[in-house]
Amino acid sequence: MIKNAESMTLKGGWSVEYSYAVGPTGTKFFDALKEERIIAPKCPKCNLIMLPPRSFCERCFVPADEWVEAGKEGTIQAFTIVPCFFESLPDPPYAIAYVMLDGTNTAMVNFVKNVDLSDLKKAAQRLAIGNRVKVVFEKEKKGTINDFHYELI
Amino acid sequence: MKRNAAIIGVGQTPYLSRHNYMIPELSQQAALQALDMACMTMDDIDAVVYSMAPSEFLGVNDPDKWCVDSVGSRNKPFMRIHTGGATGGSAAQAGFFHVASGLYDAVLVVGADKVRECKDSQQVLNTIWDPMYERQFGLNTIVMAALQAVRRIYRYKTTEEQMARVAVRNWKNALNNPVAHLKGNITVDDVMKSPYYCWPIKKYDTCPSSAGGAAIVIASEKKAKKLSTQPAWIKGCSEVANTVFMGDQMGGAAEMDYADWDELAIAAKEAYRQAGITNPLKEIQVADVYAPFTVCELSIVEALGFCRKGESEKLNETNFFDMDGEIAVSPSGGSLCTNAIAVTALARVCDAALQVLGKAKPTMQVKNVRNAVATGIGGSFQFHTLMVLGSDHN
Repeated sequence: MIKNAESMTLKGGWSVEYSYAVGPTGTKFFDALKEERIIAPKCPKCNLIMLPPRSFCERCFVPADEWVEAGKEGTIQAFTIVPCFFESLPDPPYAIAYVMLDGTNTAMVNFVKNVDLSDLKKAAQRLAIGNRVKVVFEKEKKGTINDFHYELI
Repeated sequence: MKRNAAIIGVGQTPYLSRHNYMIPELSQQAALQALDMACMTMDDIDAVVYSMAPSEFLGVNDPDKWCVDSVGSRNKPFMRIHTGGATGGSAAQAGFFHVASGLYDAVLVVGADKVRECKDSQQVLNTIWDPMYERQFGLNTIVMAALQAVRRIYRYKTTEEQMARVAVRNWKNALNNPVAHLKGNITVDDVMKSPYYCWPIKKYDTCPSSAGGAAIVIASEKKAKKLSTQPAWIKGCSEVANTVFMGDQMGGAAEMDYADWDELAIAAKEAYRQAGITNPLKEIQVADVYAPFTVCELSIVEALGFCRKGESEKLNETNFFDMDGEIAVSPSGGSLCTNAIAVTALARVCDAALQVLGKAKPTMQVKNVRNAVATGIGGSFQFHTLMVLGSDHN
């Protein structure tokens, strides 16, 4: 059996900056967010309304270039609460939920910000699948997905 | 026409939190063990498949090129395979294709990983999601498992204690596996009292970040029969992918539910067809599965056809999935006890192959293994691999 060896270690790291193109579909979505609207592309063939937005229907392989406005409320489909620290991830504790906004067919993730997270079990009950949330826009909008978050109704 | 192919050599280093050997060295250690079992030397190998997942854990870009020499691939065909956590399953599949296609007679599939050389693997894993819509919300693989768990709790009323029992069994099994990273006699209470990482996933519901290497040698029928008294014939091999968007798999319009691993069920149907398996519970004796979190195993055993959806929780309270049960699930302790990401799915193939070869440590060896399956899972729980190994070919 191979055993571990004696070894020195070297310190190192990577730091790379990026400028990501969000594409025409993303641009349209983020522009609407700045106006406090959540818009979603619809497949002309199967009528699937997708959030996060995509430029084509992943089921029918046709362009999804028809847009509809999603509801400002929705239903929790999955959630978690993160009580511990991970490097470069949001400061704990935080809660996130995948929410199907009214009038759409897929669930989109965001923070749920008005939940008391001091008791995890109680917080988990409040975030249960099927519970309702509303979309709350930030005062200052930057045209990013963080321009809004969810709050329990 | 497909040719028969078999695994005749298996090698694994011990899996540890930190290995002080470098990646080329670990890869070579695993390769040499596999070659030794196959009664081969590097000269006998026609081509190499290198199993390497994200580079960022190691902080060396595309470490496969660092390893060409150490795994004996100089002047030979070499390819790197990467499907996230499923990498090792896909690499084994590529190795199988190399031989089954008739292009090569002996192929080495090898890799290594050292997940803990980076400060926090979850920082790396967060970047598997897009930077436009999802990454900002602290997604990581533990969050991913938490989402599956809450869907499973919602659909099947799974309890945290039922999830905990999966950890207890895997840790106990790992005591028999000389190379397993985590092992021991833990209790449901130990799991329940461990801290939450991402509700409802706790410390003991979670795999470790491991370092180690794994390798297999795949040979053509002619070579396998010449060099091995009991080859592990590759009878079925499949892979199914699904969307990166987890939110597409929940709610009314979803084609599959994130609670279930229906993609793996599709893969199983195909691999069982190839292998001629019609009653998996009767015909398969061992499933060494890639369940990096306790909840995953509950969905996997259902997808593999050992029980119906929503039944695994109750069966897991009996000895159904134990070493002496109806189907031995992860006699090695599986991925819950060992997770060196680039080779985790390859380790499942190694451990399933050892069972068919009859070369597992005596306490880990299941008796009379005719068929064993190995699974892999990668990406946003979106790449599923499956291999069926048997003591006879079709």
